Amino acid sequence: MVFQEVEIVNPTGLHTRPGKQFVQEAKKYPCDISIKKGDTEANAKSLLKLLKIGVSQGDRITITCDGEQETEALASLCTFVAQLSE
Amino acid sequence: MTQLRGIPASPGVVTGTTYLFRHEEVHISDAPIAAGDAAKEIQRFLDGRDRAEAQIREVHAKALVTLGEDEAEVFEGHIELLIDEEIESDVKRHIEQDLMCAEKAVYLVMEQNAVDMDELDDPYMRERAADLRDIGKRLLYCVAGVALADIGAIATPVIVVADDLAPSETAQMDRSKILGFVTAAGGPTSHVAIMARSMEIPAVVGCGEALGQLAGDEPVVLDGTVGEVIVHPDKSTLKAYQQKIKAQQREAAELAELKELPGQTTDGHRVELFANIGTDADVAGALEHGAEGVGLYRTEFLFMDKPAMPDEEEQFRAYRAVAEAMGDRGVVVRTIDIGGDKGLDYLEFPAELNPFLGWRAIRMCFDTPEILDTQLRALLRASAFGKLQVMFPMVISLEEIRRLRAQVNAIMDQLRKEKVAFDEKIEIGIMIETPAAAVIAPQLAKEVDFFSIGTNDLTQYTLAVDRGNERIAQLYDPFHPAVLQLIQRVIDAAHAQGKWVGMCGELAGDERAAVLLLGMGLDEFSMSAPAIARVKRAIRATSRSDAQELAQRALEAGTSAEILELVQAVSA
Repeated sequence: MVFQEVEIVNPTGLHTRPGKQFVQEAKKYPCDISIKKGDTEANAKSLLKLLKIGVSQGDRITITCDGEQETEALASLCTFVAQLSE
Repeated sequence: MTQLRGIPASPGVVTGTTYLFRHEEVHISDAPIAAGDAAKEIQRFLDGRDRAEAQIREVHAKALVTLGEDEAEVFEGHIELLIDEEIESDVKRHIEQDLMCAEKAVYLVMEQNAVDMDELDDPYMRERAADLRDIGKRLLYCVAGVALADIGAIATPVIVVADDLAPSETAQMDRSKILGFVTAAGGPTSHVAIMARSMEIPAVVGCGEALGQLAGDEPVVLDGTVGEVIVHPDKSTLKAYQQKIKAQQREAAELAELKELPGQTTDGHRVELFANIGTDADVAGALEHGAEGVGLYRTEFLFMDKPAMPDEEEQFRAYRAVAEAMGDRGVVVRTIDIGGDKGLDYLEFPAELNPFLGWRAIRMCFDTPEILDTQLRALLRASAFGKLQVMFPMVISLEEIRRLRAQVNAIMDQLRKEKVAFDEKIEIGIMIETPAAAVIAPQLAKEVDFFSIGTNDLTQYTLAVDRGNERIAQLYDPFHPAVLQLIQRVIDAAHAQGKWVGMCGELAGDERAAVLLLGMGLDEFSMSAPAIARVKRAIRATSRSDAQELAQRALEAGTSAEILELVQAVSA
């Protein structure tokens, strides 16, 4: 299991388009992936759950990957969040 | 042969077969399934989901063409939610453990999630709740094997019969497959009516309960000019209408020849014939119909159907696109007119008893100054790229004009400090749509650069007639002497101060009114682009002095029947 905390820098957060893209990226990997904001944890492969915890600009979230290709998955999702601009 | 009467909403005659646009009911059984059937129910859910996904992909493909890439991407998000693994596991659990049939499980899970999002009390989430319900409805129908009425799926040209149509539904349709519209609800200014006119598709609205008589696949003649639908026309009727259609085509050819000619009377008096537009996509159509400018650019479409307020850059790009596309032709940009019947997803509007008399347009802007500040900055910046004019809606007092001007001046100062280019001579005008503004027009004219008369609201406010109320729709009458007296007062007040005055309500595009308004002294007529040619034809056929004589007689008349008789004698 690997995890990392990242800060959301883009104005729309993981809403709408970035949220959809984040989930699509997560689904490329076979491992379990979750994100945690405060005390709430959610399946990162579910756009529904992601929308419900509402990740906005300035939020710090922890991405946890567990299972096959966990290192690649974490690296790719952290990069994805860091390059968001819209 | 039977006949239905409604309100003529978009002119033209067309023959065709009817298509009932109505959603069937889906039955959701409460009876538990046999435990042994769970696997079968889950398979039904998954098969239904595949069908729903294929449908949304089609909607997406269509939206790419009709709405563009940005708007269409919403549907990719819909697919992601449809195939969401949490939703999938919840549905499966309800089927396996609670022995629900697939329909009930789907309905319950989608609705529960939508309710959860609604309860977050966040406008953005409420919009996602609406998305979930939309997706859930499609999924439910697909699982039940019931076809969801999809206006975009119409494959052969038909006459669409519906209770009413929402903007989101009309956005999905293929225009080439729609011959005409017949609706139970609505009046001449309802969404379907306005859209039908801009698409030049004949429409009859407000047929009421009589519409229940219509079945699908019936041959009909639809006459949008008089507001009539003839079901199963007999041979002689059909023949008569086919001749009418031929005459219509001849007229279209004749009108097309007027395109390049000016709106000028036989004695050389010129008026400006402008188009009303809603987005930069409408500019091409406006120019195609010979518009010499834009007399009303309704900016609220920029603000609608969005998860958040469009920022300055997005607005700037939209205004600049219109300014550039119109070049040296003027564009009157109306600042946001939200409230009344048009709300926003990301801004809380209180439920009001009388929304048309409530918190709308500049009244809303005064309380949320950042909305207007952002819009004015975007507008002024865009003014460097063409000939924009600013117009404020719903004004009732001089104080409001002073306050708005101060706000414009403050933004101008900001821009000058930032060395951002804008048109220093940009004209600032107001819409005259309240009786108050019309009555004090002589005072208002001193402090603005122009007026534009919004006859739809001016009529409904003057006559105290809600134009959306079917039961009193016949009382809504822009030819009412009170309305005409006010219009004359406004025109005279503007001219006394050397200001120009236009009109951007429906009356400006009504060919019956063209000569009358010309005679009353109107300088600019702004209308839906397809109406320009007819109004131009009426103006080119008369002289200014004849028009003035008509106006004088019409203003002396005591009833709208007399006024209509006078104007029809001229246009006949």
